[in-house]
Amino acid sequence: MDVYEKLTILTDAAKYDVACTSSGSDRAGRAGAVGNAVACGICHSFAADGRCISLLKVLMTNSCIYDCKYCVNRASRDTRRTAFTPEELAELTIQFYRRNYIEGLFLSSGVLKSPDYTTERMTRAIRLLRDGYRFNGYIHVKAIPGTSPELLRELGLLVDRMSINIELPSESSLRALAPQKESSAILRPMGLITSGIAENRSDLALYRHAPRFVPAGQSTQMIVGATPDSDHRILTLSEGLYKKYALKRVFFSAYSPVVEDPLLPSVFTTPPLLREHRLYQADWLMRFYGFSAEEIVSERYPNMNLAIDPKCNWAVRHMDEFPVEVNRASYERLLRVPGIGVQSARRIVQARRSGALDFDGLKKLGVVMKRARFFLTCSGKCAPDVTDDPEEVIRGLLSEKDRRMLPAATGEQLSFLDLPGIASGAARLLLPAGATTESREGGIML
Amino acid sequence: MTLERRPVYLYDGTLEGFLCCVYESYARKEIPCEITSENGQTLLAEDASWIITDWDHAQKVYVSLDRKITMEAQDFIRKAFLIDDPDREMLMYRFIRMGYRYGRRVMDMLTDDTVGRLIRAVRGLEREAHSYMGFVRFTVYDQVMVSCIRPKNRVLPLLAPHFEDRFPEESFLIYDRTYRMAAVHKPEGTVLTSLDKLVLPPIEDSERAYHELWRCFQRTIAIESRTNPRCQMNHMPKRYWEELTEMP
Ligand code: SF4
Repeated sequence: MDVYEKLTILTDAAKYDVACTSSGSDRAGRAGAVGNAVACGICHSFAADGRCISLLKVLMTNSCIYDCKYCVNRASRDTRRTAFTPEELAELTIQFYRRNYIEGLFLSSGVLKSPDYTTERMTRAIRLLRDGYRFNGYIHVKAIPGTSPELLRELGLLVDRMSINIELPSESSLRALAPQKESSAILRPMGLITSGIAENRSDLALYRHAPRFVPAGQSTQMIVGATPDSDHRILTLSEGLYKKYALKRVFFSAYSPVVEDPLLPSVFTTPPLLREHRLYQADWLMRFYGFSAEEIVSERYPNMNLAIDPKCNWAVRHMDEFPVEVNRASYERLLRVPGIGVQSARRIVQARRSGALDFDGLKKLGVVMKRARFFLTCSGKCAPDVTDDPEEVIRGLLSEKDRRMLPAATGEQLSFLDLPGIASGAARLLLPAGATTESREGGIML
Repeated sequence: MTLERRPVYLYDGTLEGFLCCVYESYARKEIPCEITSENGQTLLAEDASWIITDWDHAQKVYVSLDRKITMEAQDFIRKAFLIDDPDREMLMYRFIRMGYRYGRRVMDMLTDDTVGRLIRAVRGLEREAHSYMGFVRFTVYDQVMVSCIRPKNRVLPLLAPHFEDRFPEESFLIYDRTYRMAAVHKPEGTVLTSLDKLVLPPIEDSERAYHELWRCFQRTIAIESRTNPRCQMNHMPKRYWEELTEMP
């Protein structure tokens, strides 16, 4: 089989892995070597599904001794199998890199013979890249659950990022769909990498030239929509992973049905893209906006409202926290205002040093006034164009993207029912304390 | 400062030349109505004067940016000079005047028309340069890697150092078709130079094979059930496609 054919098969089998970012490592180039790494990551292209292509994302092999039900590479599936040799893979990576097609390599693999055997092959390819080709660019490797600690340690010194996929958000889902995997086989190596990174940090403090162990940190991925696990389950688990294992990223992957199985959604279901999108928004709120998982979902409301982004949703349920006075509020409070992002909150703090801000100024700073106007005052004044018409409010609170995604999100349950409540909640804000509003029934255009 | 005289300043199109315009305006106590290096129509303007580029004068103004405004202002002005805006010289000129007046505070005046517009334009420049770090495509001709781009802003001075750092041992050329400039790197060093025309030899078969492999990868990595051309286009606008090996 030639390399072209191998590349086709091993790319096709790798495409369901979401992570393609090249962020987290900052490394200058070196004389005699090829490559550097840029902390913020670089996208090199975008695939027809709109996802960023940053790394050459392939499998070492798509053969696998395991039989995880949700996976295209499961042992029992009838499909063509192949494997890269370490030499082929190293050559392909370096030639793609020179032409600036990619930022580096994202290597993962089916399990060939045993986890250790598989990891050794991956390590050979990566060592060839690092030592043979003097490749100094980004490498992300997906660790194989069940690999011995020594081999993981060796691999960790060669790569920028390591990930071990949680795959399913609960023990029971894992038992049902991946009976050969135990969550301990996933969490143990995760803990190992975390402590490896921590030890390495203290080594580096002592010896500046100590080799770096997984400098860009570790990440993981969960499949969403293959099992009945709630958003609450997913988000509290993510929060725990960020805290306990100091993960850099948790990725979510809307389940695209690949096999018919009584335990899985039928092959005709469409991937729950809107839910995935909301989970990423929630994840964003936890990482950059100081939200906790419990503020976004709770035991009582275990799933997010798909119709509205989680920040807006939080805001309209916490009207007592608003309005926020732009010229005095702390950075943290500004961050909680729908329509104000990390960038615009920073700009507000910066710009108000040179004088009080008005609504016109906010627009120039990149604040999305269509949404923010309901939650702000400037020097004590409300925005001139706020209304208490619930339809207006809803239209204001939904982003372009929300409206585009809503009709497309067939197969997902949308709870529109909440919207009138939300709207009257927002409208209440605009009235003097003690006044009440009636929510108008029906007629909500989306 | 007399306000009646509003001359047009002509300069040589270099940053040093521009800084000399600032110097002259203070020396002559006048405020130009236009600063330009395009000496077509404007030469005929009644009140045009040619500003000679004097390295010492330029240096004085450059140092004053740090001393009277902030160190960031130096970097900012260097970048502002690269933006794509027909009024860039006057915007920069007004920014510097405001900087002398308000000091470092000028960098915070994001809602002011001049400052805001300039800061947004520089942000756009940086964003475009960052995009090109990913969208540059090299084709290998024998031992030299060549890439062509058609940027809005003058991104080469920001782009070249990135690739110089990345490929220290390679020889490469990045050609900016918009401004007819090239960054040429050899292991000994990098130069930026103007280049009117670039003629390339035919692409060899061995090189074509890599183009095919890359197209194959880019096609295969997409998940069909998530096809979303609109999202693809948002992230990778059509204007970049011309030079992208993988796009039609
Ligand atoms: S071990 Fe990995 S590759 Fe093998 S079947 Fe399970 S998920 Fe798929």
